[in-house]
Amino acid sequence: MIGMKIYEYQAKEIFKQEGIAIPRSKMVKNATDARQAAEEIGAPVAVKSQVLVGGRGKAGGIKFANNPEEAYEAAQKLLKMDIKGEMVYKLLIEEKLAIESEYYISVALDRSARQALIMASTAGGVDIEEVALRNPEQIFKVHVDPRQEFLPFLARDIARKMGVEGPLIPALGAVIFKIYRIFQKYDANLVEINPLVATSDGLVAADAKLDVDDDSLYRQKKLIHLQEGPMDEFAYVELDGDIAVIGNGAGLTLSGMDMLQIYGGKPATFLDIGGGASQQNIARALNLVLSNPQVKVVFLNVLGGITRADDVAMGIIDVMSRAERMVPLVIRLTGTNEEEGQRILKKAGVSFETSMEAAAQKAVEILDGIESKN
Amino acid sequence: MIILDENTKCVVQGITGKQGSFHTQSMLEYGTNIVAGTSPGKGGQNFQGVPVYNSIEETLEETEVNASVIFIPAPFAKDAAFEALSQLDTVVVITEHIPIHDTLEIVAYARENNKILIGPNTPGIITPGIGKLGIMPAHIFNPGDVGIVSRSGTLTYEVASQITQAGMGQSTCLGIGGDPVVGLDYSDILQRFQDDPETRAMVMIGEIGGNAEEKAAEFIAANIDKPVVAYIAGVTAPPGKRMGHAGAIIEGDSGTAQSKKTALENAGVKVADRPSQISELIKKLYKSS
Repeated sequence: MIGMKIYEYQAKEIFKQEGIAIPRSKMVKNATDARQAAEEIGAPVAVKSQVLVGGRGKAGGIKFANNPEEAYEAAQKLLKMDIKGEMVYKLLIEEKLAIESEYYISVALDRSARQALIMASTAGGVDIEEVALRNPEQIFKVHVDPRQEFLPFLARDIARKMGVEGPLIPALGAVIFKIYRIFQKYDANLVEINPLVATSDGLVAADAKLDVDDDSLYRQKKLIHLQEGPMDEFAYVELDGDIAVIGNGAGLTLSGMDMLQIYGGKPATFLDIGGGASQQNIARALNLVLSNPQVKVVFLNVLGGITRADDVAMGIIDVMSRAERMVPLVIRLTGTNEEEGQRILKKAGVSFETSMEAAAQKAVEILDGIESKN
Repeated sequence: MIILDENTKCVVQGITGKQGSFHTQSMLEYGTNIVAGTSPGKGGQNFQGVPVYNSIEETLEETEVNASVIFIPAPFAKDAAFEALSQLDTVVVITEHIPIHDTLEIVAYARENNKILIGPNTPGIITPGIGKLGIMPAHIFNPGDVGIVSRSGTLTYEVASQITQAGMGQSTCLGIGGDPVVGLDYSDILQRFQDDPETRAMVMIGEIGGNAEEKAAEFIAANIDKPVVAYIAGVTAPPGKRMGHAGAIIEGDSGTAQSKKTALENAGVKVADRPSQISELIKKLYKSS
């Protein structure tokens, strides 16, 4: 259920299709277009960086402009920004709403309850995590049974219980009903509006978050084109150490990182090749970490279940014979077809370990050897 | 032993597929009581001497199966899981990458009807000497009195093989599944090990993310008096991605390796720093009991 996050402007497009009002807005990629968009929309506008990391507002990723020239200047500043490691390439130029009141609403997967959780609060617009910590009673929460049809009256009841009155009950109820429909229809992990703004024209989603279950993308034809770049072959994270850790399975790979630390080493990567990796997968995984100049030693930790040790050995030999850059490889290879895998390595003169902990220790010793030479 | 015993008669859903046929052969070689397979449209054929039927319903007309193991691709897994859960008591879903909204429905149905649902995204279950419903390499297991429950695949093999190498063995070893929502959880399994006369100690293997281990710790404190040893992977992992604001609100401070270790230690569980310590800790607990 690892999520594919989509940009605010894309989420808003979906919200609009589902009947939720959004501010007048335009996505732009340069400052000149930002000025033009501000003119079309009519100032004042908000200039909002389009990034996938959270906490954009606090990091200075949203600016306000009273006229098109200010929008141009704001865009120039934002387009050079790095927000929590993410470069800003796109901006959303959006009408600044005349706010009467602000609300928070979301539908999220609550894994421990095994159900969807709807949360709604009249304390919208502010830092909702702070509200959750300090005034949890201000957030109304209700679980939804996945087999129960979520009808509009249930959404109206939530609106009433979150603490609004009169015409706002059906109005907020309608938006809650629609975000739940989006949650189901788009196989979402999370649908969130913070804030949902009450204006003289009604309720408008001033922000939009949609996080979609990766495993459902095959049936989300409307969303799959939003995936930028190819889908990742591996679960891969770069870290700040110098020993690349590759393993089969997340738990075993994490454990390999922990063992390195016990012997005084620091992981440079977390790379999980998953189950049933082929010779080619192994070769690509090794080449991926070797292309990282920070990596001085590679610790490959395989205990084959559906992954076959002979395939792994062939992948290693393949990379060793052809790689442009090579560093010491410490290999732990056991499990399915281990006799054959170990025979292939021996024949090629490649040493290996059969214990994860011994291999982790050896990787650290080799690194210490390299560093004492320098 | 729990769940998988001498009375388990299993049907393999998806027996003619690539994964299904490969692992059926391996399960048969281990001596597992596989009495049937299903593959819609291929009823009447047989695989390695196992009769193939068109559906679970047809299988039940001809045999007395009481458990299923599912090797059906993710887009069709919900259908297969409901077909099994509506007619059998024990269902093991090996399939990974099932859409989470499908899993929510499968799990809700299974829990409401008191079915034994293992998975999805699990290596399965093995009772050494009896059989295995899953994809684990059988040779690393040995009959014994340690019950193992985990949400990892290969890390479970790591721990099981070290227990075997230390001269001990497993009563039953199973993976609850690596997905955020699964059928039976840690506490369901720990309770079964507690009630199983052949299980003397339990090993619980966890990893960072979610709060399943914290919930299990609460359960252990209240309900388990057999010795429990735990291992949590991911101490050195940097904080992971969060699911927007909502994820942080739901899960609070739980999810880190330290939070899990602390919760377990407070529940009286011995937590190993490395897999190789697990067997030492069990031996110590055996001596002192």
